[in-house]
Amino acid sequence: MNESIRFTFNVDGSNFTTAGQASVQVKKNLRELGIPPEAIRRVSIAMYEGEINMVIHAHGGTAEVIVYEDKIVIVLSDRGPGIPNVELAMKEGYSTAPDNIRSLGFGAGMGLPNMKRYTDDMKIDTEIGVGTTITMTVNF
Amino acid sequence: MKISDIKDLLDAEVVCGEENLDHNVFSACGSDMMSDVLAYVKDQAVLLTGLVNAQVIRTAEMMDMVCIVFVRSKKPTPEMIELARESGIVLMNTEKRMYEACGLLYKSGLVGNGVRHE
Ligand SMILES: Nc1ncnc2c1ncn2[C@@H]1O[C@H](COP(=O)(O)OP(=O)(O)OP(=O)(O)O)[C@@H](O)[C@H]1O
Ligand SMILES: [Mg+2]
Repeated sequence: MNESIRFTFNVDGSNFTTAGQASVQVKKNLRELGIPPEAIRRVSIAMYEGEINMVIHAHGGTAEVIVYEDKIVIVLSDRGPGIPNVELAMKEGYSTAPDNIRSLGFGAGMGLPNMKRYTDDMKIDTEIGVGTTITMTVNF
Repeated sequence: MKISDIKDLLDAEVVCGEENLDHNVFSACGSDMMSDVLAYVKDQAVLLTGLVNAQVIRTAEMMDMVCIVFVRSKKPTPEMIELARESGIVLMNTEKRMYEACGLLYKSGLVGNGVRHE
């Protein structure tokens, strides 16, 4: 059997308060599908970090989660400014977030490294002025 | 310890989730930076924070945490309470500051125990 289930969301880039809603919904959906809890937690955290990034760094975008028999693929796409230096952005503690974002509890420069650690595979496609697509895979 | 013990130790006021006060918890973390919280997993059931916005609730939910303590008498908004209710998360607030609140819980056996996911 190689049927897959797909969830798609719009991530509103103008509203910090609602940021993360898609991840909360995905967590609920995955629970209903009976996915192992540890895999759900890894998907939830990685997607949540990515979703917040789309809102604080890239004016929102779309999130897609595809559930296969033995893995979950998360695709986050935005039309934001792109990431000029991916290697630098991946470093723990590197952040361009302004002070107002830091006072909201984000901007520690931990999001991208967290996403990498919680997933089995992570690919960043980014182009300056065009946008960023991050594809993450969690095997279970 | 039970969540009700946290309430007693911190002299805290429960905002929502009364029905879950019997829940047992074994470790906690204290932070105002959500990505720092998200970096450490392993049965961290309780979050102490001075930050008040909806992302605190969602962060706890992503981490399968069951209790959030707001220090320095910070009050969650109605929207946050609603989100917490949906996920069965206990919210409480204490007059104590972060350092003291963490210290009191640690001294009583609620350890850090956060393990980095590698
Ligand atoms: N989708 C994106 N579009 C453009 N830039 C991004 C995007 N995601 C991340 N970045 C850039 O990479 C940096 C590092 O991202 P990362 O998520 O690790 O940290 P942060 O978001 O700044 O802080 P934290 O995640 O700890 O709250 C960001 O500060 C930003 O400059
Ligand atoms: Mg981030």
